[in-house]
Amino acid sequence: MFDNLSSRLQDIFSKLKSRGKLTEKDVDVAMREVRLALLEADVNYKVVKDFIAKVKERSIGVEVLESLTPAQQVIKIVNEELTALMGSTESKLSFAPRPPTVIMLVGLQGSGKTTTAAKLAHHLRSTGRRPFLIGADVYRPAAIDQLKTLADENNIPFYSDDPKTPPLTIARAGIKAANQNGSDIVIIDTAGRLHIDEQMMHELEEIKAELKPHQILLVVDAMTGQDAVNVAQSFREKLDFDGIVMTKLDGDARGGAALSVKAVTGKPIKLVSVGEKMDSLEPFHPDRMASRILGMGDILTLIERAQATVDEKKAREMEEKLRKAEFTFEDFLGQMEQMQQMGPINQLIKMIPGMGKLPKDIQVSDKDMARIKAIIQSMTSDERRNPNLINGSRRERIARGSGTDTHEVNQLLKQFNQTKKMLKQFGSMQGKMKMPKGGFGGGFPFFG
Amino acid sequence: MHWFRRQKPEDYEEIEAAEEEKAEEATEEDAEENIEDIFEETGEEQKVSWLARLKSGLSKSRENIVGQISGLLSRSGSIDEELWDDIEAILIQADIGMQSTMHIIDNLRDRVDRDRIKDPNLILDLLKDELVYILQQNAPQTEHDHADRIIYLIVGVNGTGKTTTIAKLARSFTKSGKSVLLGAADTFRAAAVEQLDIWAKRLKVDIVKHERGADPAAVVYDAIHAASARRTEILLIDTAGRLHTYVNLMEELKKIKRIAEREKGDAELETLLVIDATTGQNGIAQARLFDEALKIDGIVLTKLDGTAKGGIILAIQEELNIPVRYVGVGEGMDDLQQFKPDEFVKALVGE
Repeated sequence: MFDNLSSRLQDIFSKLKSRGKLTEKDVDVAMREVRLALLEADVNYKVVKDFIAKVKERSIGVEVLESLTPAQQVIKIVNEELTALMGSTESKLSFAPRPPTVIMLVGLQGSGKTTTAAKLAHHLRSTGRRPFLIGADVYRPAAIDQLKTLADENNIPFYSDDPKTPPLTIARAGIKAANQNGSDIVIIDTAGRLHIDEQMMHELEEIKAELKPHQILLVVDAMTGQDAVNVAQSFREKLDFDGIVMTKLDGDARGGAALSVKAVTGKPIKLVSVGEKMDSLEPFHPDRMASRILGMGDILTLIERAQATVDEKKAREMEEKLRKAEFTFEDFLGQMEQMQQMGPINQLIKMIPGMGKLPKDIQVSDKDMARIKAIIQSMTSDERRNPNLINGSRRERIARGSGTDTHEVNQLLKQFNQTKKMLKQFGSMQGKMKMPKGGFGGGFPFFG
Repeated sequence: MHWFRRQKPEDYEEIEAAEEEKAEEATEEDAEENIEDIFEETGEEQKVSWLARLKSGLSKSRENIVGQISGLLSRSGSIDEELWDDIEAILIQADIGMQSTMHIIDNLRDRVDRDRIKDPNLILDLLKDELVYILQQNAPQTEHDHADRIIYLIVGVNGTGKTTTIAKLARSFTKSGKSVLLGAADTFRAAAVEQLDIWAKRLKVDIVKHERGADPAAVVYDAIHAASARRTEILLIDTAGRLHTYVNLMEELKKIKRIAEREKGDAELETLLVIDATTGQNGIAQARLFDEALKIDGIVLTKLDGTAKGGIILAIQEELNIPVRYVGVGEGMDDLQQFKPDEFVKALVGE
């Protein structure tokens, strides 16, 4: 997500950094390019205008231009303003003091409400809540079936009725059913509608007036263009929703909608959807997102993911091994498997500061990982523990076994040795240098 | 045109009846808007009502692009930098994109300089010329329309309206007397097969379907063979929505297309990419990557009845050589129509 915008901004700033002292004109030129980059990323025209004016005003101040690292100062300002644009701090879902909390999802057709409803239920259950799904989209053919299927597959209780029933009636009966079921969160999926469709918007106003949901979430497709703010504004005027869920952020959308809707409506982005799987709904952290956009990495999310997937004891053992450089291919395989549990490798790499902008040809894909895995798995356990054993004929055997060629096997062996050497140096720096807790440090040097 | 969804008619006859009723209403509305006289000479009522819908879709909540600009021009006394900036703002806000916008403005500036134009009001006509030119660059290829049997492979990212587009196309083909078969190759999304199945029943057309989770390529194989055995004229294949950045999902589509290509027999194969009109500049990436993977024959632009201007069409036309085949201008079954560049521009820019 945000890839293109990130690389554009990083280019602009590396040019700026190379200039040393900055004049007002340098800042002007850079800001013109930032403006273009933002507009190409579908950030709303008016939002861009305000943003640039603010950054310029702050950048041309004395303390920036006179400072020793003016470019860094400008980047810092851009980072702060980007964060402010997206809402500064994480905005969590709020829950009713007396359960059940009723959450209603609304949005345009095709923004991803039904999928989001199921993902949200999944997400809430993983935080220890007892969610309940209500299918109230009576218009799109089979929309109710879709939610029911997802609910069944994920063992989430579900209620709906015949599509001839008014949505309000379904929702009311559903909340009752949820109460009886002992659920503490009710998620209502509604039909997609155009924000300018008076009649359909009125239907939502009625449901809101009648059921008084605790949270109304607007579901917005991250690929939406300039119109995103019009849509969000109309929904705000009619329903005064509480927050936004951004979907389809796993594509290459430059995320202009995400950068604009908060600025225009004042409503925070609460959650983002970053994949096709059920567990791909995540809380939104504006500060982390801003630094990811600027290529400054997102170590916090990486560490959180590592903590969620990595066994603490194993990680400590690994840290010990890394220090002593007793690292073998077997350990490496284990590391790789752990890392893959954390998510697609390309996503992870972008969270590492400075790694956001790998040139295209040295980018690592999950496919490459699979090849490396195949090579290691084609080694005998002796070979894995002692790679020095691997001579020419063994190399050929490994290549055949893994469906690769000896060149690839050689490359892996070479990288492995380099990494080991590097680790020895780290080991001698013991105390000064602490490996990251997740223990993934052993894996990454291969991809640098 | 929301009657259709709201009534949820289960029966085709009901659809017909309701539609005729609505058509009458629509004609009345048209008269109020005084636009029927524009196309009066054609004498084609259906055409008029489509244009009316397209036009009202495009201008629904706000003014259309040129409407805004002409307002702007009549307010400004002379052609200056501020005026150019404002024109730029309007074009960008229509999702035409930075590159196309700059290109259009450069061309306009050249014309203004060359012809020593001083009156800002004249810029409007120049802009119309420019937009028409861009949209007419790639006239839709129509050779397939005369084929006896056509297989339409419908692809696109999630939520653009592929299944609904298929229903609308099926409706339009059956209306013109063609035999239609649907292939439910979206075996990934929950209830996608059911959704298409409901449409098949409503429209009284046959459908080839497998279980959810089945190999979509197998569905395509079966559907094509069923269509050739029955000599069905139109086969419409629904596929699962996918983001163009997922390499393995795009590979799956390539496989589907390979199989369709291999098994199509004497039928023509046409691959249509469905793009949501509210899409921003990402639409270009979608078009580019789907085209690289599949060689797209045409684009279906859906949801033009919102406030989005569909400017992404212009950006796609400027950057890629893919014609727009159909546009969806409303939620009614007849609101999907063949794209005609000149008429689209007329609706876009007004008279």
